[in-house]
Amino acid sequence: MTTANPSNVVLDINNLVVGLGRKADAHRIIDDLSLQVHEGETLCLVGESGSGKSVTSLTVMGLQQKGTLVPSGGSVKLVGEELLTATDRRLRQLRATRMAMIFQEPMTALNPVVPVGRQIDEVLRAHTDLDSRARRQKILAMMEHVRLPDVERIFSSYPHRLSGGQRQRIMIAMALVLEPKLLIADEPTTALDVTTQKQILALIRDLQRDHGTAVLFITHDMGVVAEIADRVAVMRHGRLVEAGPLQDVLRNPKMDYTRNLLSSVPSLVPRAPRPETSEPVVLEANELSKVYRERSLYGKAREVAAASNVTLTLRKGRTLGIVGESGSGKSTVARCIVRLIDPTSGGVRLAGREISDLSRRLLQPHRQKIQIIFQDPYRSLNPRVTVGESIAEGPINYGMPRKDALVRARELLELVHLPPDAISRYPHQFSGGQRQRIAIARALALDPDVLVADEAVSALDVSVQAQVLDLLDEIQRRLGIALLFITHDLRVAAQICDDVAVMQRGRVVEQGPAAEVLTNPQQAYTRALLEAAPGRGWDFANFRPVSEGIVATA
Amino acid sequence: MAIDTLPESSLPVTRPFRVKFGFLTSTPIIAVATICLVLIILMAIFAPLLAPHDPLLLTPAQRLKPASAQYLLGTDAYGRDLLSRIIYGARISLIIGIGAAVCSIAVGLLIGLVAGFFRWVDAVLMRVMDGLMAIPAILLAIAVVSLSGASIWTVMVAITIPEIPRVARLVRSVVLTAREEPYVEAAISLGSSLPKIMWRHLMPNTIAPLIVQGTYVCASAILTEAILSFLGAGISPETPTWGNIMAEGRAFFQIKPSLIFWPGLLLSIAILSINLIGDAARDALDPRMKQREGK
Repeated sequence: MTTANPSNVVLDINNLVVGLGRKADAHRIIDDLSLQVHEGETLCLVGESGSGKSVTSLTVMGLQQKGTLVPSGGSVKLVGEELLTATDRRLRQLRATRMAMIFQEPMTALNPVVPVGRQIDEVLRAHTDLDSRARRQKILAMMEHVRLPDVERIFSSYPHRLSGGQRQRIMIAMALVLEPKLLIADEPTTALDVTTQKQILALIRDLQRDHGTAVLFITHDMGVVAEIADRVAVMRHGRLVEAGPLQDVLRNPKMDYTRNLLSSVPSLVPRAPRPETSEPVVLEANELSKVYRERSLYGKAREVAAASNVTLTLRKGRTLGIVGESGSGKSTVARCIVRLIDPTSGGVRLAGREISDLSRRLLQPHRQKIQIIFQDPYRSLNPRVTVGESIAEGPINYGMPRKDALVRARELLELVHLPPDAISRYPHQFSGGQRQRIAIARALALDPDVLVADEAVSALDVSVQAQVLDLLDEIQRRLGIALLFITHDLRVAAQICDDVAVMQRGRVVEQGPAAEVLTNPQQAYTRALLEAAPGRGWDFANFRPVSEGIVATA
Repeated sequence: MAIDTLPESSLPVTRPFRVKFGFLTSTPIIAVATICLVLIILMAIFAPLLAPHDPLLLTPAQRLKPASAQYLLGTDAYGRDLLSRIIYGARISLIIGIGAAVCSIAVGLLIGLVAGFFRWVDAVLMRVMDGLMAIPAILLAIAVVSLSGASIWTVMVAITIPEIPRVARLVRSVVLTAREEPYVEAAISLGSSLPKIMWRHLMPNTIAPLIVQGTYVCASAILTEAILSFLGAGISPETPTWGNIMAEGRAFFQIKPSLIFWPGLLLSIAILSINLIGDAARDALDPRMKQREGK
């Protein structure tokens, strides 16, 4: 960790104001923000969606939407040079040579029709006088430096041939090939699996140590902050809430907002297990498999098993979590169980009745017993239908008169803590968390026995996430509903699940009570997942490292 | 924590994605196009009041007269008043244009919805559509008209059929993307019937592109009708349509070019106006176009 020394300030933001539009009274997206990033230091900029952290980074790079986002005050200095008044030409020179940026989604940040080697080459051609052989040498060396395997092959590969982690490594190579003083990383690991995320974080840290780069790291994930930050700056509504060294902020947050933010982070330590119940089994999956066949005109059909021999049991009033990385088949299982897709083999028993082989028509009466909530609250509600109509749709389908269904919709809105007058509004008038509440109300309208939540809180900010998780917990206690909770986030799983099934490549590798699986994993894969969980050493809600907590309670 | 507060209840209850017609006056050119089109429509509606003469009245003594106070645009080879014929011709053109647009959208919407939602009929329907598209529209229309005899209705059907595949393809592509939306899957798990899902959750997505497509169909139908009449395959020659007037005027082009000039000018203005409005509608209704302008 470097000490703050005014002589080696790389990025110096002073009283920055960014307004929406040119007018003097324009709404301020960034309001009076001051930050410093020093050589060799990682400053983590944290905040929830809409806090202005991405606008800050774009303004530094001069990439903000011109005419819409207007820096109207303050200064941004890069190694002493003012950026806000710099010409476009000068900014272009500075990008890549002095400052560089990596983005969240490496697939969209790379050009899909140009080999990745040539994309890095473009940076060198624009900013150096090296001949083609020297450039190639430099690129290959850089690619080895970011620990890409088989660099000659990857040099001439197109982005879609590479994995998400490899693409992000290419982005990092491209950003750092000219050894800029400042690296801005905007949520660079958010789209990656935890095991890949761990590697990328380690890579950024190592490169920074070797080159003394200053890193401005933007993230919403407190776990990542605990892994990588030297100093932390918390933003809210475009203002700086609190800034300080990592340990100070995590241990002694001074502001209430920071305190709330930290206490909303679910703990990796599983909650106290609920007593075993002898309630009836409401949902059983028996050796459920889903195989996708790719037929080709000649040659053999290629088969991909998205799920194979998945067996699950869920009792009334309990929560079963399915955890795993992307592509592990957890969503496939959920969709087979709800019969949005048809399983290839195996059975699903809902309240003792086999439903996996029922036709559409015969399935109809059983549909109401199992409902699903989706990940993206912005797409799971029809934007052209009022909230009330959305919630009432299910009951009306099962014969309830329209008037009664709308009365029921009002009651459900109250159950999910939304005002009943929300009934006549449209989804776009609500925030993400509120929409997810509406989606929950819609699912509950049919009095289902089982509620399937497919990454239902993954798209939400932590504080909202905590509220929605509380709501699900409350509903479960009041209605005795069984929850099938699909998530990639072990922290969430630890806080809400009674039992956990860990999936990898379509198979359940480990299954058991959450307290056992998450504290004493038997399988190597589960262990790897747990170890990769960022910030697992910190107990954020109690403002101390986990190890101290164990000592304190022992 | 007060992060998740509801927007103030004073917020107006607005219908999102409602088609707004403000774009009709967005630029001077569009405004002029709108005015031209409105004038042509008014001309068609009030044709009996506006036309100075009976468009069908033959006056052999007044053949091919130049413009005069009595015949503002002169007369044609049978001594009929050119201005009156052009005014009445607007009726046929607009009926066929709007009729073909409405019919092809109605049929194409149905085919597109079904093809987009049911995979097993998709292949069959879309191959039929591909087959239809392989035949030039004019040839198909001529074939249909000559099989069934020429009247305004058969001409409309003949023009509608070749337009259907375009509409069906458009609707199908919208449905294919929309059916992957979680709210459609939610509707499935809520037990909604298929017609309900299609009508309530899929169909509204197609409205904006269909309005745009409708203007193009309308313009091309008016043109096709004129071509059919010009070729003598359309509505019977004594009926005043812009195509018929031009077809008859062709023989006298050397001595009286205005027989072709005036109906041709109106045809061009009508088609240009409709196309311009269609372009404006596309820009206004397509969110991606708005983004490009940085709005």
